[in-house]
Amino acid sequence: MTATADQAAGRGADADAEEAARFHALLKTFEGRPAATAGRGKDPVNQPMIRHWCEAMGDADPAYTGPDAIAPPTMLQAWTMGGLSGHGDRSSAYDELLALLDGAGCTSVVATDCEQEYLRPLRPGDTITYDAVIESVSPRKTTKLGTGHFVTTRMDVRADGELAGTHRFRILKYAPAAPREKKPAARRPRPVVNRDNQGFWDGVAARELLIQRCTACATLRFPWLPGCNACASLDWDTVEASGAGTVFSYVVMHHPPFPAFTAHEDPAAAGGPYAVALVELAEGVRMVSNITGVPYDKVRIGMPVQLEFLRVDEDLELPVFRGSEG
Amino acid sequence: MNVGDTLAPLEIPVTRTLIVAGAIASRDYQDVHHDASLAREKGSPDIFMNILTTNGLVGRYITDRLGPGAVLRKVAIRLGAPNHPGDTMVLTGTVVALDGDRAEIRVVGANGIGHHVTGTVTVILPAEVAA
Repeated sequence: MTATADQAAGRGADADAEEAARFHALLKTFEGRPAATAGRGKDPVNQPMIRHWCEAMGDADPAYTGPDAIAPPTMLQAWTMGGLSGHGDRSSAYDELLALLDGAGCTSVVATDCEQEYLRPLRPGDTITYDAVIESVSPRKTTKLGTGHFVTTRMDVRADGELAGTHRFRILKYAPAAPREKKPAARRPRPVVNRDNQGFWDGVAARELLIQRCTACATLRFPWLPGCNACASLDWDTVEASGAGTVFSYVVMHHPPFPAFTAHEDPAAAGGPYAVALVELAEGVRMVSNITGVPYDKVRIGMPVQLEFLRVDEDLELPVFRGSEG
Repeated sequence: MNVGDTLAPLEIPVTRTLIVAGAIASRDYQDVHHDASLAREKGSPDIFMNILTTNGLVGRYITDRLGPGAVLRKVAIRLGAPNHPGDTMVLTGTVVALDGDRAEIRVVGANGIGHHVTGTVTVILPAEVAA
């Protein structure tokens, strides 16, 4: 990096830190403002919700059942939850604070801390009311989840007007860290289709292996070419290959590994060696292809093979040859 | 009971059912606690346990281990590694302070990723434990 670029990067970081400090100062103005005022529990403390809670938690403490049942103290916050219909009692200050954070890209939320003190037990029939205050908003923090601000609220929970518990709650409002880029699975190279070989690939799409034939001298040719190597005629038609053939020659590719060429045979062996065969078709022309159904080290010259079409991925189907071990 | 005593561990299989049942029983309908595809959109590999369920399990652990009559006075927890379905959380506890019938117990809930929860519980001991 040049000195100039260094300075520019430094200025960028300074400007970012300044902006973060300015934003935090704004967030701090919410400290001390109400998060909820005269909130009211949607249901009075009741036995069914206590039972559902105990079932979920696997809590068989006898204190939570019977005529003298109390609510599990750790249910404190549950009595204040908005549920699906939301919080009618949230203060405008708290909504404003969350909207500011949303606007800054901190759209995700996760609870990080919960501190509860229980002053008196809650019993079925108790009416729940609560008030909450925004206690603190942290400077910008970067966590594993992303970058954002911790918001701490403190709530007083009352039962029939009497202070029953306090509840300090901390959330992280954050902008999710970009998910780690997953490397897409390697794919086979795409065939280059042009006007000289378009007919061949149209044939493959129709699951036909087409061989070019010169209409002047009837010589078959493969791969596809604009003209005849025997008589130079530019006129041709096609013959569909029967699909029968033999291995005329082959090589085994060990390195570099190319999983896309082997994954179709055995995903566990992807990246391992594979055979590349020159197959002589029954019609007499030869083509380079893969041998399926036979391990790479069992491919032999003269091995009979039969054409099949291999679906390589959603966009590519290829003619290959299935071998059969002698 | 003495300072330094440990409570027998409690193993909690973190099932999808537990996560969803705990979220609903605590009236927490945040999608990340019941909808795996929306949880993934938000960068989480799967749904994860909500803090209210963790709080409830910590409370249950203490009262289970100390027996009927134990009264929770204070539960303060901090979450770390999330509890995803298929994991197991093992809760352990150590007595860190004693004052008459009042005990302070340090609790750790460890899962396959790390410490899901660390915290401190203040509890009034049943007479037979305090003695």
